[in-house]
Amino acid sequence: MQQKALKDFSYLLEVKDLKTTFYTSDGRIPAVDGVSLTVKPGETLGVVGESGCGKSVTALSIMGLISYPPGRIEGGQILFEGEDLLKKSPEEMRAIRGNRIAMIFQEPMTSLNPVYTVGDQIGEVLQFHKGYTKVQAQEKAVELLRSVGIPEAEKRVKQYPHEMSGGMRQRVMIAMALACDPKLLIADEPTTALDVTIQAQILELMKDIKERFGTAIMLITHDLGVVAEMADRVSVMYLGRVVEEGTASDIFHHPRHPYTHGLLRSTPRLGQVVARLHVIPGVVPNPMFMPTGCKFNNRCEYATEKCRQEEPQLATVDGIHSVRCFHPLDGEGQVI
Amino acid sequence: MLNYVVRRLLQMIPLLIGISIINFTIMHLAPGDPVLLLSERNATPEELARIRALYGLDEPIHVQYVKWLGHVLKGDFGRSFVDGRPVMDHILERLPYTLYLNFIVMIIIYLVAIPVGVISALRQYSKFDHAVTFFTFLGQALPSFWFALLLIYAVGIKSNWLPIAGVATIGVNVKTSGLWATILDRAKYLILPVTVVSLGSMAGIARYMRSSMLEVIRQDYVRTARAKGLPEKAVIIKHALRNALLPIVTLLGFELPALFSGTAIIETIFSWPGLGLLSMRAIFQRDYQIVMAMNMIGATLMVLGNFLADILYVIVDPRIKYS
Repeated sequence: MQQKALKDFSYLLEVKDLKTTFYTSDGRIPAVDGVSLTVKPGETLGVVGESGCGKSVTALSIMGLISYPPGRIEGGQILFEGEDLLKKSPEEMRAIRGNRIAMIFQEPMTSLNPVYTVGDQIGEVLQFHKGYTKVQAQEKAVELLRSVGIPEAEKRVKQYPHEMSGGMRQRVMIAMALACDPKLLIADEPTTALDVTIQAQILELMKDIKERFGTAIMLITHDLGVVAEMADRVSVMYLGRVVEEGTASDIFHHPRHPYTHGLLRSTPRLGQVVARLHVIPGVVPNPMFMPTGCKFNNRCEYATEKCRQEEPQLATVDGIHSVRCFHPLDGEGQVI
Repeated sequence: MLNYVVRRLLQMIPLLIGISIINFTIMHLAPGDPVLLLSERNATPEELARIRALYGLDEPIHVQYVKWLGHVLKGDFGRSFVDGRPVMDHILERLPYTLYLNFIVMIIIYLVAIPVGVISALRQYSKFDHAVTFFTFLGQALPSFWFALLLIYAVGIKSNWLPIAGVATIGVNVKTSGLWATILDRAKYLILPVTVVSLGSMAGIARYMRSSMLEVIRQDYVRTARAKGLPEKAVIIKHALRNALLPIVTLLGFELPALFSGTAIIETIFSWPGLGLLSMRAIFQRDYQIVMAMNMIGATLMVLGNFLADILYVIVDPRIKYS
């Protein structure tokens, strides 16, 4: 109840029952099918799940970057600072994108335009959203590059993306995203394409940004290690739905959903010798032929007849920890 | 960069010498003796030998070649066997007509093909796109000489709307008929040849532009531009089109030889007094000096055009550097 009272005004972003569907020549694909999640100001939400579970589509839906055709947002609400983004006109969304909500992507190698200098590309955001002149924008770009830890920023600002390494380019992407001091930064697999050492540096930078600027971060990843390092809260997604959510500690130490539990067991740990890593049986079903009932029933070792008939709802188990399962685990790896 | 330019220019020298040797040799191996052309029908062998000696045609081929090359380097391509006038005069007389036609053709091709290709890509699978795909295939598939004859028949002979040959009506000029009447008259003569010459390349470039644009709008950096909140116009023109144009801009280098060489068949069909028509006549009349001059100029422009294309790459694409 205490949580409920906070809900109405304390969320920066509140996604409610979002449904995004793609219409392809093969049929209708419900990529996001009733996702709800929340981000509070200044917090980091980790969104975890396998490839194709709808993480990126959720992010692109929030940004208003789902192109029709083939994609279409068919239901739900995306409340950002209390305003429903789905009701905004394209012009209003444009004023928000890159300004109050910014996004960085997985592939720093290809996410920057090869024919413009990084200074131009960072400056462009400021010229458009803040009405800076070109000269002012370049000065600010140098400052931004410095703040994301790029040495010799005055020199780098005049360089083209191909003159920089992957980690450097991701820093440029972050500088670009931070240009207008956004309230929310959506990071879609920001470190997946980078070397491990560079990954650590970029994560460190993102933590630092969160502290310095108070930017809330929605961190999308399939890497549980990254989430454990970064997130305050975690939402676990499976086939276009949130199946479990809670604090990072809830999710990592007391997973309730068999899927989350399976994911954690299939992650190698340092200092632990296992003959063979756990594998979740089966594969993610084709979204066009989704199982009835619980979407995880065909891969779940605890599935019963009820799971095949009826779909469970996301239900609170403990504090802010909720799970979408009829037979949740007890938090210690045992079925209740 | 300067180093690269100098090196490339120096590399052209042996290339052009090689081309000139092949050009010269082939023309001398070709059947038909220019001496027979220059002499009376019933000339005696002595007379033929005298003419041969007069033109230096009795000397060994390598001596002839060196002499010819020496003149060419001074800009002298010799004289026409047919009328004795310097080859250079013939070429300079015809060049303006070919440049005039090809320049207009080139402008129309790019002015039409680029927007058509871009819009076609942005509205992929729309009716417009399907129509463009249909007409571009048609444009590439139609043989230009056949299309030219078809047009001549339809709008020139059947309906007599447009003149089918030449460049201007005799007596119509700025002094006698005024500026606008003159422009209108010249435009009428241009319509058919411009249509025929531009159709094929226009179709090719539109298709090229379409596929280039389709590839670019799926790139991550276009998504980044959208995520920055830029207006769609800026996303398309600044971020997508600039990249999609890279391969097209470099094609401009290859337009250089096309601009000068003229299209022999089309100029013949429309009696356009350009270099193409000159080459055709020279070939039929075994006027070797003109044919060799045209070959040499064409080859030189082709080599320069390639060089220009490489330089354009560096100018438009910051990723490419020559050292």
